[in-house]
Amino acid sequence: MSHLKPVPDPKPAPASDQQPSIEELERYATVLRMHCVSMLAVAKSGHLDSSLSAADIVTALYFRVLRHDPRNPNWPERDRFVLSKGHAAPIQYAALAEHGYFPVEDLQGLRSIGSHLQGHPDMNRTPGIEVSTGSLGQGLSMSVGICLALRLDGLSDTVQTFAVLSDGDCQEGETWEAAMSAAHYEIPNITAIVDYNHLQTDGTTEEVMDTGDVRAKFEAFGWDSVEIDGHDMSAVVEALERSRTLGRPSAIVCQTKKGRGVSFMEGRFGFHGKPPSPEQAEQAMEELEATKRAQDEALGKR
Amino acid sequence: MAPATAEPKTEPIATRQAYGDALVALGEAHEEVVALDADLAVSTQSMKFGKAFPDRFFNVGAAEANMMSISCGLAATGKVPYASTFAIFASSRSYDQVRLGIAHNELKVRIGASHGGVSLGEDGASHQMIEDIALMRAMPKMQVIVPADYNQAYTATHESFEREGPIYMRFGRPSTPIVYDEIAETLGDGVDVLRQGKDISIFACGHMVWRALDAAQKLEREDGIEAEVVNVAIIKPLASKAVLESLAKTGVAVTAEEHRVTGGLGDAIRQVAAEQHPVPVFALGMGDEFGVSGTAEACMEHFGLTSTGIIDLVREAMVKKPLVQHPPIRGSSLD
Repeated sequence: MSHLKPVPDPKPAPASDQQPSIEELERYATVLRMHCVSMLAVAKSGHLDSSLSAADIVTALYFRVLRHDPRNPNWPERDRFVLSKGHAAPIQYAALAEHGYFPVEDLQGLRSIGSHLQGHPDMNRTPGIEVSTGSLGQGLSMSVGICLALRLDGLSDTVQTFAVLSDGDCQEGETWEAAMSAAHYEIPNITAIVDYNHLQTDGTTEEVMDTGDVRAKFEAFGWDSVEIDGHDMSAVVEALERSRTLGRPSAIVCQTKKGRGVSFMEGRFGFHGKPPSPEQAEQAMEELEATKRAQDEALGKR
Repeated sequence: MAPATAEPKTEPIATRQAYGDALVALGEAHEEVVALDADLAVSTQSMKFGKAFPDRFFNVGAAEANMMSISCGLAATGKVPYASTFAIFASSRSYDQVRLGIAHNELKVRIGASHGGVSLGEDGASHQMIEDIALMRAMPKMQVIVPADYNQAYTATHESFEREGPIYMRFGRPSTPIVYDEIAETLGDGVDVLRQGKDISIFACGHMVWRALDAAQKLEREDGIEAEVVNVAIIKPLASKAVLESLAKTGVAVTAEEHRVTGGLGDAIRQVAAEQHPVPVFALGMGDEFGVSGTAEACMEHFGLTSTGIIDLVREAMVKKPLVQHPPIRGSSLD
């Protein structure tokens, strides 16, 4: 899987007049998806479909919305990104690598001995990871803690904390403890993004444990809460940018499809935690390359 | 380090009181100190901090898992959180949150676990935590401290700010006699010989330390046995050298703890002995059983966690003490 091409000219912390367009973001999302397929094919382990469903959300954040500085990962005024659904680590690793937090070649070490890229995000090993996650339900609470510390440091108005949750996260009780506390503490700078892909390890969420109307649940907990198409890049960007202007806890429930971008995985049960076979990886990569060629053409970048 | 300036106590008082008092001193000295509780702030004494520093105090309600993960987020953003609740909720209820968010990240979070052991009393088994030392000893990177009295609990809390990494501190509910005359600046290696003796070592922690001293006095008076009493306040990492020095001197030991004998102080001492100086070590503590309701003192007596219980076990140990002494084995892998 060495046929991946690096993204030309990634733009960390873009100034407002240089922001990538929606079309450019869609192309970045395709490149991050290709990284995920390649990483998982080499690692022969991991959660590909869960990474692909979050690709557009993560791209919108890292390539446009987040204020961050890859040369200074500990910049105190950076926005915080917490991947509560830590099993989607590959998509975050791809975004971090493309921004130069670490070399793109490191991605090929995913889940192997000696690599800093653990199966789930590890703050003490990988630059750009704020807190270690992977045990579902904890990320939103950790984000509340980050926001309380930011408030004590006088940074509530400038720094936003974005937590990406899965539907599994919403089955964990702790997520709702966190939701209650964010409203109670009137945290103005927290955004919860739910990657609601409706598929979990043992079946659909509707079969296993119906998470129901997650948007209404957050609203009932006192959050501003909207529901959007999580693969509509302009809707994702708009909702994320709106959330940081609200001054109150904000939930964005993103209706997504697991395995998005790869036809034979998209919305299909049975791929959670299963790496692609060499043939599946080949086919996935061909499809994504075709998507990227079309996006390149549309952008006049051939 | 800022010296511990508090007045030492002389009359019986609960160790949790020292936690609250020292927390206020830390809050005055260090802006980055924050405190959390889960609706038990009056019981754990963290309310003292909450009243003094309301902006830096977070009562999360009855949501211990949330409290531990919030502590992780605070520590990852430069604060030094002291998270307080009963030992049962601080260990077993929120184990996964402490494990991944705090211990795995090696974050500077201090867990103030109050009401440890059966001396919590009347609330009974659902609230009496008797395996927290085992749970927290087994957790990678977690340090475990069980102070013996108010004065040592003050030192432990006050000094904890200077130590690196995550710490679990166990405090008790009932008033307990004073063992240390002074409030020391540091726990040192956490293993203190409180009374010299040549016949047998008694290793104790927490509420069992004053009982061990009481037992040693009676043993000398009634049996002519000279028992060495060693307070083990830092159970992990255990200062094995200090433990070995006592074992080498006496050649037999009794341990005493308000906790299951499995995984607690008894096992920690046995681990050192088994590898480096194999002598008999008899453990006094809770067996394969849960606590029951009763007053603190009645509960301790019900489970034999008394100076009489220690005396009985020492007499049994002295009968089984080997006649020939061997020097300790050096160069082992234990820390």
